Amino acid sequence: MTFFFEVTINGLLVGIMYSLVALGFALIYKASNVFNMAQGAMSLFAGLALVGFLYQYMHLPLWLALLCTVGVMTIWAYVIVYGILRPLVARPPAMMFMATFGIMYILEGVGQSIYGTQAKGLNLGIPEKSFEVGGILLNTFDLIFAGVAALFVAALVWFFQKTRNGRALRAVSDDHEAALSVGIPLLKAWSMTWVIAGIVATVAGVAWGTRLGVQFSLGYIAFKALPVLIIGGIDSIPGAIIGGLIVGAGENLGEVFLGPYVGGGIQTFFPYLLALLVLYFKPYGLFGKEIIERV
Amino acid sequence: MLRAEDITITFGGLMALNHVSLEIYPGEIMAIIGPNGAGKTTMLNIINGFYKPDAGRIIFEGKEWPKKMKPNRIAAQGIARTFQNLALFKGMSTLGNIMVGRTQKMHANLFSQGFYWGLSEKEEIEHRKAVEWIIDFLQIENIRKTPASMLPYGLQKRVELARALAAEPKLLLLDEPMAGMNLEEKEDIARFVLDANEELGYTIALIEHDMGVVMDICDRVVVLDFGNKIAEGTPDEIKSDPKVIKAYLGTTGG
Repeated sequence: MTFFFEVTINGLLVGIMYSLVALGFALIYKASNVFNMAQGAMSLFAGLALVGFLYQYMHLPLWLALLCTVGVMTIWAYVIVYGILRPLVARPPAMMFMATFGIMYILEGVGQSIYGTQAKGLNLGIPEKSFEVGGILLNTFDLIFAGVAALFVAALVWFFQKTRNGRALRAVSDDHEAALSVGIPLLKAWSMTWVIAGIVATVAGVAWGTRLGVQFSLGYIAFKALPVLIIGGIDSIPGAIIGGLIVGAGENLGEVFLGPYVGGGIQTFFPYLLALLVLYFKPYGLFGKEIIERV
Repeated sequence: MLRAEDITITFGGLMALNHVSLEIYPGEIMAIIGPNGAGKTTMLNIINGFYKPDAGRIIFEGKEWPKKMKPNRIAAQGIARTFQNLALFKGMSTLGNIMVGRTQKMHANLFSQGFYWGLSEKEEIEHRKAVEWIIDFLQIENIRKTPASMLPYGLQKRVELARALAAEPKLLLLDEPMAGMNLEEKEDIARFVLDANEELGYTIALIEHDMGVVMDICDRVVVLDFGNKIAEGTPDEIKSDPKVIKAYLGTTGG
């Protein structure tokens, strides 16, 4: 039984990191009804930028490097909104979706040309010690990142539900024209969303970069977010969080307890199986907004 | 209060509005009427900034608007509107919708929101009070927490009106506030519009097809037909204007 809990808890800790990635998607989707293909690339770029500030080009202290990275991602947010998305206001969402593909390649290309293609280690000086609590083996590193992610998520939920700007962003996602007519500046609202998504991407990029090294495959952690989004509901922030936890715990449990029967290695596709199951019963995800259209 | 001068706009080859001028005076209820496709909604969209006219200018409270004034800037000037085909924030509750309507009235910035206490909190409470007053005024207390998309059509229209009122606008534009309603619902809305005008002193311009309502509640009527203004006057004058009768009935009236 202890072993079961250990597997579950370690899965959940990884799951929170999935939630972080999924959160970036959910934010943009909420504000502009666009699935942002570039979210993974944004995380990658944030990781690269941090490495650049820390070791590659400069040797800034960690806090300053983090601040600068957030600054870089903020600049990107404005470039994306004003340079790429502005001409697409009031066009079909599919066009914006395609534009985010372009953004993905731009981010990867610019990242490569500035920082090179080599994988880089990222060490934030967080101790990676293992210790036991009641027979369950835990890792300080996982715990610290899970804590940071949880705080972050709580702050975002509060922002969207309780503040005027959060409400304005939700309004924009519901109806562009109506939002304009009550005086919400659309581009400013989008910029704010992309800045927030950039910050989320930074946290995710740093978390995953420290774990796996900052390398170009980091862009693909986005694919881990897909089942998370399907399970949680693409437009739901709590959905992204709980979806991440389900995927994290699910893949770990699946691997350990079901894996041996089919020869192992099911961790990579188990989340998709879960997503498929959810699609059968709750096509909008567990927490997604069910769209009822009157005809 | 607001003067539109010589407004002309074409969509492709269609002359949607042809040198139309109209004026809205402070404190009145003005109706814009006309057959389908006359350019009524186009006119509202121009006043509200969704469309930019090809020619003509708009003067609001003595100041001419720049050519490319954005809708959100116009809203900031004190012009609120409702839509012919509802445009509510469907994912939000009635309360949320009306709170968003107060965007213009709120000033606390992102920074102070980050620290919810202080100014931001005081503001939130103040606005909540104002919103509750509007909810009370429009008698929608019982649907306060209901998501907008779950409401029946008539109530959605009413919530939209509430959202526009929440901005405490100088000028309120209503695009067919009673379309698709039954008699009882129409009477309700007509009463709210009258109350908003008489008790709260709002200046209102509305588009409406129900002539009975228009004649009952409006001070002045402007008639559009195929993008041209064909008449303007009090309801009584309009009723007997041969050009209006022709536009509506297709005869010269003998």
